[in-house]
Amino acid sequence: MMTILPIFQLIVLSNAATNEVKEVKIILLDHDLSEISRNLTRKITASDHFKLTGSLFSKKQALEKMQANEADIILEIPNRFEKEFIRGEKPAIQMLVNAINGQQATVGSGYLRNIISTYSQDILSEVHWVPQSNHSSISISTRYWYNPLLKYTDFMVPGILAELTALLTIVLTAMNVVREREIGTIEQINVTPIKKWQFIMGKLIPFLCVGMFIMTVGLTVGKIIFHIPMAGSLILLFVYAFVNIIAVLGFGLLISNFADTQQQAIFVAFFFILIFILMSGLFTPIESMPTWAQHLTKVNPLAHFIAVSRKVLMKGSGFVDLTSEFAYTLILAIVFNVSAIWSYKKQE
Amino acid sequence: MPAIEVNNTSRTYGKVQALNSISLSVEYGELFGLIGPDGAGKSTLFRILTTLLLADTGTASVAGHDVVQSYRQIRKEVGYMPGRFSLYQDLTVEENLRFFATIFNTTIEENYNLIKDIYEQIEPFKKRPAGKLSGGMKQKLALSCALIHKPKVLFLDEPTTGVDAVSRQEFWDMLKNLKEKGIAILVSTPYMDEASLCDRIALIQSGKILQTDTPEEIVKSYPSPLYAIRSNNNYELLKVLRDKNYTKSALPFGEYLHLATHTSMGVDEIISTLNTGNYPDLEIKPIKPDIEDLFLELSREV
Repeated sequence: MMTILPIFQLIVLSNAATNEVKEVKIILLDHDLSEISRNLTRKITASDHFKLTGSLFSKKQALEKMQANEADIILEIPNRFEKEFIRGEKPAIQMLVNAINGQQATVGSGYLRNIISTYSQDILSEVHWVPQSNHSSISISTRYWYNPLLKYTDFMVPGILAELTALLTIVLTAMNVVREREIGTIEQINVTPIKKWQFIMGKLIPFLCVGMFIMTVGLTVGKIIFHIPMAGSLILLFVYAFVNIIAVLGFGLLISNFADTQQQAIFVAFFFILIFILMSGLFTPIESMPTWAQHLTKVNPLAHFIAVSRKVLMKGSGFVDLTSEFAYTLILAIVFNVSAIWSYKKQE
Repeated sequence: MPAIEVNNTSRTYGKVQALNSISLSVEYGELFGLIGPDGAGKSTLFRILTTLLLADTGTASVAGHDVVQSYRQIRKEVGYMPGRFSLYQDLTVEENLRFFATIFNTTIEENYNLIKDIYEQIEPFKKRPAGKLSGGMKQKLALSCALIHKPKVLFLDEPTTGVDAVSRQEFWDMLKNLKEKGIAILVSTPYMDEASLCDRIALIQSGKILQTDTPEEIVKSYPSPLYAIRSNNNYELLKVLRDKNYTKSALPFGEYLHLATHTSMGVDEIISTLNTGNYPDLEIKPIKPDIEDLFLELSREV
């Protein structure tokens, strides 16, 4: 159970949690019905980012469609578009974007703008005989380093793997000490000469093994199913994971020491897990957060874990590139575990 | 130096006074019973003596060590059986025993002679998870685990609660053997009939010790003549008796009523005051008080 479910999640999430915008639903209001407008339509529908869900003539109808969530973008080409274009005037076309889903709206309209401007360059040279080569313009060519094909899974799988490992280990440990308190076994243990650190170590080591095991299985699954790159040293990644899991476990134990019941522990654990995940850079880049939030991510073990697994797997970073992550995580590991030992009380 | 010594120890939980200036002492080789109803403060006293809980006031020492200063030493030298079964339910009988032996830095073999009589009874089930044992067997396992490091003082918090009559008897026989080995045993129980099996007992209620003595002496201290009365309508008879001016107390005890009177009276004398027509099978006999009578008498005075 403890290993199958996370791997299952890894597979599902990596496939589902994609930032790519596909199938933007577009409705065309072509009042012109000219050659130019029809060519533009063809260009748009040729792209697999767009799905033409209707060609209408009434704006009212089109807006109703958008209301019913059947359109993300309405593209309106005015009457006499072609005529004005050939005459050398500057006809405008209107793009109405449904911004309920911000991602779909910005990315989709960006794609669309791109298509339209390329097309306008093309027809400009065609219609007005402006030879393209005569224009001296800056042409931009982009190459995506570390992920040349912009494969989304290459980026997500290492992140999700790190997230799942941390999540599972936090929850398992957070439930652990408090469970002993609920069942009463801790009462017997407390009247033994066992030292606090021995008790905490006894709680830590099994879950460390579980965490490392999940990490191994997850990487294997990532390699086999998603063909994730493994540019850097796996040993380095495992050494880092070892330190990181200890930090996360210490945090879980800390929660467990303070909770009176398992419900309380799980609630507090989830509270922190949500913050950890949303502020980890898994879905939204840390660099685009406000400065105070960026500082907060330094005490988020998950943020470091995700950064390291991406850097090592995709970029092939070595130890020297990861010293700050290692340093922060090591400090967190020490702080969390020392507080866990300190806050575990054998006496009331 | 006594094995356990408690001086004027008090402890409150919020507004509840769990222990109110308790003092007692237990010698090595003594089986000391703490008798009292639920909520009397028995478990609180146990938790203070086993260093799990700090007292508000007063001092206490166990095996010659102060419970506050030398709590580490105490944890090495006492065995504790909490009121609730506190072994690992998913470990087997043998694994639990080995686990506790290891924690105390010893082995099962080293102190096997101490637990031999007890452990032999559960040995056939040593591969069974502790959670799947019956109540009596759980207690035997818990006792084995509490004894595996050869403690000088043994704390048993309600060891026989929820255990059948035969197992209870066996359990008390085991305790007798253990005290002969010089171990001081402090045992608590809500069952008055178990009190007579102890060397000395303390009656405790609402955080206060009512009386401490041997069971015989405790019974002797019962102040009034006592009669057991049975009829076919005990409830009505009880009400009638409580209205008589010779009655000190009248309490139901199973099928009998126990009547305590202010002065000694003959059986006929009592019968003459009752309307015997109402009670065709009336039976009255003078009896010796037991610990329960005394306990109820003492708690009535409180």
